[in-house]
Amino acid sequence: MSGSRSAFRVPISAFPKMPRILLVAILVLLVLHQDNWFWTDARLVFGFMPVGLFYHACISIAASIMWFWATKYCWPEETATHGGSE
Amino acid sequence: MTQLWIISGYLGLLLLLGLFANRLFSGTKSDYQLASHSIGPFLLLMSLFGTTMTAFALVGSSGEAYKEGIGVYGMLASSSGIIHSLCFFLIGVKVWSLARKHGYTTQIQYFRERLESDNLGLLLFPLLVGLVIPYLLIGVLSSGIVVQNMTAGAFPDFAAFATKTPATHGGVPPWIGSLVVCLVVMCYVFLGGMRGTAWANAFQTVVFMILGVVTFCVVANKLGGKESLWENLQTLGEAIPHDKATRADMSKTKFFSYLLIPLSVGMFPHLFQHWLTAKSAKTFKLPVIAHPVFIMIVWVPCVLVGVWATTNLIPLKPPLPKIPGTDVVNANAILPFLVKTQTSDLLGGLLTAGILAAIMSSLDSQFLCLGTMFSTDIINHYRKEPLSDRQQVQTTRLFIVGIVALTYLLSLSNYRSVFALAVWCFSGFSALFPLIFAAVYWKRLTKAGAYACVLAVTGVWGYLFYLSGYGANRTYSLSFSLGENTYQVMPVAAIFLASLVAMVGVSLVTRPPKPGTLEKFFAD
Repeated sequence: MSGSRSAFRVPISAFPKMPRILLVAILVLLVLHQDNWFWTDARLVFGFMPVGLFYHACISIAASIMWFWATKYCWPEETATHGGSE
Repeated sequence: MTQLWIISGYLGLLLLLGLFANRLFSGTKSDYQLASHSIGPFLLLMSLFGTTMTAFALVGSSGEAYKEGIGVYGMLASSSGIIHSLCFFLIGVKVWSLARKHGYTTQIQYFRERLESDNLGLLLFPLLVGLVIPYLLIGVLSSGIVVQNMTAGAFPDFAAFATKTPATHGGVPPWIGSLVVCLVVMCYVFLGGMRGTAWANAFQTVVFMILGVVTFCVVANKLGGKESLWENLQTLGEAIPHDKATRADMSKTKFFSYLLIPLSVGMFPHLFQHWLTAKSAKTFKLPVIAHPVFIMIVWVPCVLVGVWATTNLIPLKPPLPKIPGTDVVNANAILPFLVKTQTSDLLGGLLTAGILAAIMSSLDSQFLCLGTMFSTDIINHYRKEPLSDRQQVQTTRLFIVGIVALTYLLSLSNYRSVFALAVWCFSGFSALFPLIFAAVYWKRLTKAGAYACVLAVTGVWGYLFYLSGYGANRTYSLSFSLGENTYQVMPVAAIFLASLVAMVGVSLVTRPPKPGTLEKFFAD
């Protein structure tokens, strides 16, 4: 039914588990994403970028920083042997 | 005419890339469909990013910003930066491991074994294909529009290329532009399989990211009319109308419910296939980290260009392109129109190549994925004697040709309604997200729960789609009252809730999966 069975072994326990601190960081980012405080604010940052857009660009940067941290400290240990039979 | 030559040269380059990938093709099914699991971090980042950034991201984002203002970035881009990476982290790495362990190539193979149900594949197959095809159509139609806008004036005396709108007169008609793009994508996918697709995606992603930033600067300098880029940016910024520089006209609850849309990447069958190409679990790290910033690099300039088009700094001549037969500005043509009218022929040609690159880098993965699904989940699955590797490659290729032909023929119908389908497609995939998440993390998910989930999505999605006039009402949303206030949410919120409740409820009252199955998928 499925494709050819591979000899490749990956310990199931090596999958990403979500530490509480990462979960909190994601939730904080999602709450910050709903920025009611800049909803009708038309001020320009650097004289050209509406503050609402600038704020959300910062959310994107913050997301990258958070994921960098997550891959460094919350990444599953990879003890798999590579080079499956496929 | 310069643009036409540059576009032709770019498409030729992609064909060469496909030919080169074909020279490295080992002839096996795994090599054709999954590049023999050889894709490293950089190529995975570029192919995942290129695949998720569709025509909707470039042409659609500037068009939506023209209509709705800067709020479009928060609605679809910054939320995607958080949630796409979350899906890669939580779902991508896990399904990659399971697929390597059990030899899966498609989502349906995984669901069939995880949920001990052969027929679930038959239920999921038309739903997934049905949701991918409109998504494909958006790309095919956008490419036709872009080519027509950018080649406008190249053949002014050719009667067949004449249009009533000056912005498109004498340009290559959309049916020819779309046909050529379809043929080019088909050729390099046909020849190079997943390796060709990943290379083309990486190449095209670099092209559209660089040229996107260049477009932004050139258009700003032209529209601003001042000496330095900085002064021009400030002039344009000050000219943005208040309603476009804020979200004053946007519902807060609707904005919040848009958070569910990016969950769609967890269920995209073409992304599932891309995940499986990774060399190791560590390969996912770079895509997880860089994806949000890459989205920002592409979307911020597009959104700004879209809101600039609403300012009084836009020259009155030539007028903004209109939807044929109406006086309504064709928002989806805003970006190509500005590129055409505000940049030189040479740069215009290069920038068109950049826009086409974004479109084609999604089309290729989707064509390959549907070909793989037909070949693996239908043809090979129901044969008594499995096809040989070579035969599976041939059937995949055959189906790719068939899907390209079908998509192209569908694209010749009315185009306006298709763009409205984009959010509906994403909504369908998002509403199926609970299924993949539960399959991966919830042992109690049962076969009946999975059926309930798929049927709930089909039923509620279909009903709301009908109420929206089959997508014709592009601002369709659901309203509910709480006290004296009325709140709006996107239809995805209701479909997602129905899917989740049906799946959890039915799973809890039906027999759990066999211990052997749980042992296989949850050994820890």
